[in-house]
Amino acid sequence: MTSTSFIRRLISLIRKETRQLLRDKSNLAVGLLLPMVLILLFGYGLSFDLSNARIAVVVDQYSPQASSVLSGLSGSRYTSVTGYATMDEAEQALRHNETDAILHIPSDFAKKVAAGNAQILLILNGASTSVASSVKSYVTGAIATASAIEADRQGRNGVGAGVTIEQRMWFNESGNSTWFLVPGLIVLILTLIGAFLTALLIVRERERGTLESLFVTPVRPLELVLAKLVPYMILGFIDLVICLIAAHWLFEVPIRGSLLSIMASSLLYLLVSLALGLTISGYAESQFQASQIALIASFMPAMMLSGFVFDTRNLPMVIQVISQILPATHFMSLIKSLFLDGGSTKLLLKECAIMLLYAVVLINAARLSLRKRLK
Amino acid sequence: MSDDARDVVVANNLVMTFPGMTPKSPEIKAIDGLSLRIKAGKMTAFVGPDGAGKTTFQRLVTGLYLPTSGSLTVLGIDVTRNPQAVQNQISYMPQRFGLYEDLSIQENLDLYADLHGVPQEERQKRFQRLLAITDLASFTNRPAGKLSGGMKQKLGLACTLVRSPELLLLDEPSVGVDPLSRRDLWEIIGQLVKEEQLSVIVNTAYMDEAEQCSHVFILHQGKILDQGSPADLKSKADGLTWVVRKPPAMKTRVLQAKLLEQRQYITDAVPYGDWVRFICCQQKDIDKLRPSLDQYELHSRQPELEDAFMLLLHAAQGYDDQEITDFKQITMPTQQGSATDQDKPVIVVRDLVRRFGNFTAVDKTSFAVERGEIFGLLGPNGAGKTTTFRMLCGLLPASSGFLEVAGMNLRTARAQARAKIGYVSQKFALYGTLTVEENLTFFGGAYGLSGAHLKSRIKMMQEQFSLSGSARSEELPNGFKQRLSIAAALLHAPEIVFLDEPTSGLDPLARRMFWYTIGKLADQGVTMVITTHFMEEAEYCDRIVIQDAGKILALGTPDEVRRQAGMGENADMNRAFIAIVENARHATHSAKEGSSS
Repeated sequence: MTSTSFIRRLISLIRKETRQLLRDKSNLAVGLLLPMVLILLFGYGLSFDLSNARIAVVVDQYSPQASSVLSGLSGSRYTSVTGYATMDEAEQALRHNETDAILHIPSDFAKKVAAGNAQILLILNGASTSVASSVKSYVTGAIATASAIEADRQGRNGVGAGVTIEQRMWFNESGNSTWFLVPGLIVLILTLIGAFLTALLIVRERERGTLESLFVTPVRPLELVLAKLVPYMILGFIDLVICLIAAHWLFEVPIRGSLLSIMASSLLYLLVSLALGLTISGYAESQFQASQIALIASFMPAMMLSGFVFDTRNLPMVIQVISQILPATHFMSLIKSLFLDGGSTKLLLKECAIMLLYAVVLINAARLSLRKRLK
Repeated sequence: MSDDARDVVVANNLVMTFPGMTPKSPEIKAIDGLSLRIKAGKMTAFVGPDGAGKTTFQRLVTGLYLPTSGSLTVLGIDVTRNPQAVQNQISYMPQRFGLYEDLSIQENLDLYADLHGVPQEERQKRFQRLLAITDLASFTNRPAGKLSGGMKQKLGLACTLVRSPELLLLDEPSVGVDPLSRRDLWEIIGQLVKEEQLSVIVNTAYMDEAEQCSHVFILHQGKILDQGSPADLKSKADGLTWVVRKPPAMKTRVLQAKLLEQRQYITDAVPYGDWVRFICCQQKDIDKLRPSLDQYELHSRQPELEDAFMLLLHAAQGYDDQEITDFKQITMPTQQGSATDQDKPVIVVRDLVRRFGNFTAVDKTSFAVERGEIFGLLGPNGAGKTTTFRMLCGLLPASSGFLEVAGMNLRTARAQARAKIGYVSQKFALYGTLTVEENLTFFGGAYGLSGAHLKSRIKMMQEQFSLSGSARSEELPNGFKQRLSIAAALLHAPEIVFLDEPTSGLDPLARRMFWYTIGKLADQGVTMVITTHFMEEAEYCDRIVIQDAGKILALGTPDEVRRQAGMGENADMNRAFIAIVENARHATHSAKEGSSS
């Protein structure tokens, strides 16, 4: 008897939450439109790959050796090379941000190459470190190639002869940053629903006084929590499918792990994210406060500290500890691994167990915040 | 059967404290050692000023608060140990009932019926009946957010009554609702109580509502001031209640103020048309008053519950006698208008129209307000009084028509007109974290005052309103917040002051003091334009205008309005108001039917 009335109340509450979700257009904008915007923004807009890096070249004296270095640079879609007559002009260009780097080939370059101790000056704009380091590695590569060709042509060993590096990048063969970002985007979008939508649900009812009326009915706190989770789980599932479709067909990110484990672990993380939102909502004093807390405690760390962009191992110890506390970090490493290297069962089980623990703790915390007492 | 079985609520030495507003301030005893029994099958009212502990008590009964100490048994269950068991059996309508604004009327009803586990077969019959008596049957698909205030309140009541509860708790069910809806709500409650023999506990600020209950508790500062049947309580004022008629040349409120100043003999005095009703402190006091009143027509009158309430409240709390003497000294700032303007109306409104899209909120409204008049705007929710009010103080442009305030045409010279008016908004627009003096300095600056002039004005206002400068305004009691807002609006010596619902949220004694101040200011030539939903407060106004559906239904002195309603001078304003609005609605209704046939 008690279980049937539990089910009846739960269904009624789910119906109510779903109607509220569907009738508020701003909810749907945040729940469906914003994820799509993020996919396009991050998928196309944010890329750490080098393209069209501007290199100013100053050649004091042209020689075949110099030309062979330059041809390696100019024939590429990653760089665009502009010649400058003097170093002064080139430096001026760097100062005015008209170029990203200066490559100076001195007048005695050809002679030094022959002697085996040639030097080239590369000046980089350190204000933009990621571009600088990309340009540096690209130029280094181009010079190595040029000298190898030169050496080959002349039938003797070139610069740095003896050892050559054969580079192979595993799991993301082309070193494409979209492959690396899109799986992380799933984490971000699932976090977003919790942070921006469910974080308002309880505190809104408290502010509008609906909670006081609900409390004095046979309804139980757990029913309120579960009813609030269900429609947003469905919304999150839709977003997940959109993400997977975009990943596969739009960005052609390989999905090497099983689709089932990706789906299952994503839904588990979605549950954690929603429960975290509800918990924040349950203890916040106003809707404004709830959204601020959710932004600072949930969305921002998921973006900055979970390993979405930056590897967490480079972070200071304190931040690493915080990062490990975040559920997003655990899901981030799992989903990237599931997409790109297929993921190991051990990793899958470990991270899923951690997320399950979070889900149980947070749902319970949200339930406790709905104990039928007014503050 | 034991005693407890016939009592729905038994409280013993119940105490509920809340932490103070700041860590330093002392904790607040909302309920202070309450012991009482409430009988089953009866209607029981709790009355008392705001902050008396009425809402806290209901929340304790519902198990929403855990008492600090004492015991509380509801329906034979210890509510502190097993709140859910109580919550399963009772229905509770909080002051702001939690309707889901984006759900329709039907969906709201369904939700509460599901939560209370009302079986399907019972449900249809009950819904039909609830929708019929609340007059909501034709809007079941409309979202609750799109209902008027009165309709929302009726829907809240319907949601509370989706089943017949063992105990029904209503927390000020008619607060902020216009007289028409208020009457409807009480008819609904009365009908259901009679048919289903419900036990009801109702909090109310209206004495006429308490009078319909069989037992009344008067609460004050968390304690019971007195209790009994309405008749028992009324008898406490036997022989103390009198009424005196004003001479034709005098304004009623002038006579009322004169009486109020006789603090040692008179507890309370309120205007009522041409009459002032007052309550003596003791039976023998009337003899001491007779010499000063012998020029007027004086009668004794039947005591009412309100009289008993004011008597008890005054005995427990008392006016701050200082306030009355302070206000006597009020000297009004110099008028900006030249002497030749003195006889011209300060506000002239002709054919004023305001449309919002297709909706006409104010339709061809015309009236004039004289200098030094207290002019009241009354009307049911959505009647257009707020819109009219906003246009008068230049917050909202008119769609068409002529509007002159303080000699300035508001459509062409809004900024100049604003310099001559003061505005007191509904929610005291004060900065809570600033002190009294900082608030006054800010508002003075906003009106363009500065330097020594501003300083002297602030000093004058503080003296007149006995406001100490260093107190943080959020820590002031409501009555003082109210005064501070008025002081802020008077800093620049405006000719007209606009007050939007100034008395909502004030307790009865603070309301008396408020009207006393307003009267004194009007005597000095400041024009006051006031909106209110307390109908009896219309009596303090020199003239009132009643609006409905954007049109003026009545305009004149309170007595003229009563006559227009076809009622004698004894009728209360509430009934006059209902009659006027209903007559007008009936007329438009039959006119529509006439034109369509």
